[in-house]
Amino acid sequence: MQKVDDIKPCYPLFRQDEYKESLGNKKAKFEEGHADEKVQEIFNWTTTMEYRELNFQREALTVNPAKACQPLGAVLCALGFEKTMPYVHGSQGCVAYFRTYFNRHFREPVSCVSDSMTEDAAVFGGQKNMIDGLENAMTMYKPDMIAVSTTCMAEVIGDDLNAFITNTKKAGGVPMEFPTPYAHTPSFVGSHVTGWDNMFEGIIRYFTLNTMEGKEVGKNGKINIVPGFETYLGNYRVIHRMLDEMGVEHTLMSDPTEVLDTPADGEFRMYAGGTTQDEVKDAPNAKTTFLLQPMQLEKTRKFVENTWKHEVPKITIPMGLESTDDFLMKVAEATGKEIPASLAKERGRLVDMMMDSHTWLHGKKISLYGDPDFCFGMTKFLMELGVEPLHVLCNNGSKKWTKAMKAMLEESPYGAKTQLFAGADLWHFRSLVLTEKPDFMIGNSYGKFIQRDTLHKGKEFEVPLIRIGFPIFDRHHLHRATTLGYEGAMQMLTTLVNSVMERLDEETRGMGTTDFNHDLVR
Amino acid sequence: MAMRQCAIYGKGGIGKSTTTQNLVAALAEMGKKVMIVGCDPKADSTRLILHSKAQNSVMELAAEAGSVEDLELEDVLSVGYGGIKCVESGGPEPGVGCAGRGVITAINFLEEEGAYDDELDFVFYDVLGDVVCGGFAMPIRENKAQEIYIVCSGEMMAMYAANNIAKGIVKYANSGGVRLAGLICNSRQTDREDELIMALAEKMGTQMIHFIPRANSVQHAEIRRMTVIEYDPTNPQADEYRSLANKIVNNKKFVIPTPITMDELEALLMEFGIMEVEDESIIGKTATAA
Repeated sequence: MQKVDDIKPCYPLFRQDEYKESLGNKKAKFEEGHADEKVQEIFNWTTTMEYRELNFQREALTVNPAKACQPLGAVLCALGFEKTMPYVHGSQGCVAYFRTYFNRHFREPVSCVSDSMTEDAAVFGGQKNMIDGLENAMTMYKPDMIAVSTTCMAEVIGDDLNAFITNTKKAGGVPMEFPTPYAHTPSFVGSHVTGWDNMFEGIIRYFTLNTMEGKEVGKNGKINIVPGFETYLGNYRVIHRMLDEMGVEHTLMSDPTEVLDTPADGEFRMYAGGTTQDEVKDAPNAKTTFLLQPMQLEKTRKFVENTWKHEVPKITIPMGLESTDDFLMKVAEATGKEIPASLAKERGRLVDMMMDSHTWLHGKKISLYGDPDFCFGMTKFLMELGVEPLHVLCNNGSKKWTKAMKAMLEESPYGAKTQLFAGADLWHFRSLVLTEKPDFMIGNSYGKFIQRDTLHKGKEFEVPLIRIGFPIFDRHHLHRATTLGYEGAMQMLTTLVNSVMERLDEETRGMGTTDFNHDLVR
Repeated sequence: MAMRQCAIYGKGGIGKSTTTQNLVAALAEMGKKVMIVGCDPKADSTRLILHSKAQNSVMELAAEAGSVEDLELEDVLSVGYGGIKCVESGGPEPGVGCAGRGVITAINFLEEEGAYDDELDFVFYDVLGDVVCGGFAMPIRENKAQEIYIVCSGEMMAMYAANNIAKGIVKYANSGGVRLAGLICNSRQTDREDELIMALAEKMGTQMIHFIPRANSVQHAEIRRMTVIEYDPTNPQADEYRSLANKIVNNKKFVIPTPITMDELEALLMEFGIMEVEDESIIGKTATAA
């Protein structure tokens, strides 16, 4: 029993005899499950190559997707603009999900409203909800902008955002000039990264499409940076820092670092920081626009090229050594600013760290999963460290992704044996690491269940999870870390090499059995 | 000339697809570059142009390939008579799924893949019978079809449907640029049909842009999976479609319609003798009882 002055959580509470007995009785008398041996037998079968082959023949079913849905991305994008309320046209449950998803990852309140479409709205269309919703959101939360996206429900019945929003304004609920950019974000198309791209394109379209007159490429002397779906707050900060050190004036378009990292000083901030509307309106006047996650920003690229007439520099996500070099050199090229000594020194430190650690990382096999650009950047960085990427799985990866990955892998001997899986899910990933064991896997928190399963097969099969990705619910403050630039590479290298050490310590801790190499100095 | 996008609506079975394809064939004959986008799960909006049973539709191919993202424009776009580009959105079989979403998905796909190139003079959307949900209004959203033609005949239900469609157009016209461009009367040989439709058009604030007489040659061409224009260019019926095409090319009368009430519609039918003056005593009486 629980004692009032000594409340225990499920673990270790359920390991007490009385709970063991109670749970045992429940299982024996009421659950009518298969015998433990049978369960184990089936478990063992799911770890075999035979099962893996069957698993990869799956056609119609996704088990544990390694992606989220479009409006989630749209909400994150909207949060990066000054005093902007993300507004999701559709059902309420979806929005509750977006909010809790971000709450758990960022450990911050996340403001986002829904117009709560119900059954009658599904039949008659959601215009009435939009009219009431926009007016209420404006009155209650006093934003300077409302960024509208949609859930599946509104998309299936074909609600027309442009018409609904215009009608709301005509009805007088919201002033005509009040900014209401919008994007159709059907959840059943693409993923959260598509939603980010769509919402971003919706915002720049709203503020610039009809005001291109007088705009001139290069007039404001700045460059624009578009991060794409980015959950590492350190990445926004490191981009600012590097460009500041270079003396490059820039606009980081969508920057949620303030609102997703507010201090506990007694004041609740519904809005904080973010890209301003004036900055967005002025963005076409920049010298060019850098897309930090280019594979995930296709729609944005088209708009920036066709409407703003920017020549978008061809870069890859600035993750790891070479891609960061390339990014900084392209920035230097576009702006005429030199890369300062401070960044050269930082680079040198990263190279030094890579050399210090390479003996521990060389030849290690790592499997990873995540978003298209993350997978690309991470794989490239791993190869720079001498790691051999074993499986790279990208649930929201396309044929283009596979092609780009192949071309990159061919450039390094470490990529010779790498297998690519676009469109596959975490149940596929589980089969992969159970049948071809990597030393580690890299991914979001959901990987912990795969680690548990590999351990259950046997200690020698265990694949430890290194948490880099989104979402991370079961570790604190990792969202504040950095993965881009030399700084990001340093942080990831630290995480990777120390994971190797920790694992080695764990394996060599047996007194008199394995502790020959339980070394103080590694 | 800027590309003009037109949507054809009308009651089910009224002859939208046949009219559209003959009209488009006539436009192609004039040297216009045209694309037809079939927005009907039956996918029969392009068969007369392509001489085929039914074109592979976007949704059908997407279901095969796994997702729309796996498709290329060439997979779904066929070129038929007169260089007419043909696309069918397709959709589910009757009774399952959501056909409206199929229309949205298909049109989004065409936009993303650049099917609407600057070369085109006209795009025609041939849309399923009634505008039953938002999906079937997709062709008249902002930046898509700006002109709507409604195919109808002198039958009561066809006129009723035309009026209903006009009500839908009003909704979209108020927030955007979509306008009613005219009624096309596809004759059912009812009495004083042309006058009736002209009167209806006037009440709705629009025009009867053309009266297409009934002709067997349309059927003869259709069983050969051809338009009259192609099958028998000298047939007088072909000239009717040419005339319609000409009127559409030169059409300047684009209006926000003024749909009429059911009472007004009934009054109109009575005026033309299609409906008896209301006699309360006959309502609900069977033939034998009368």
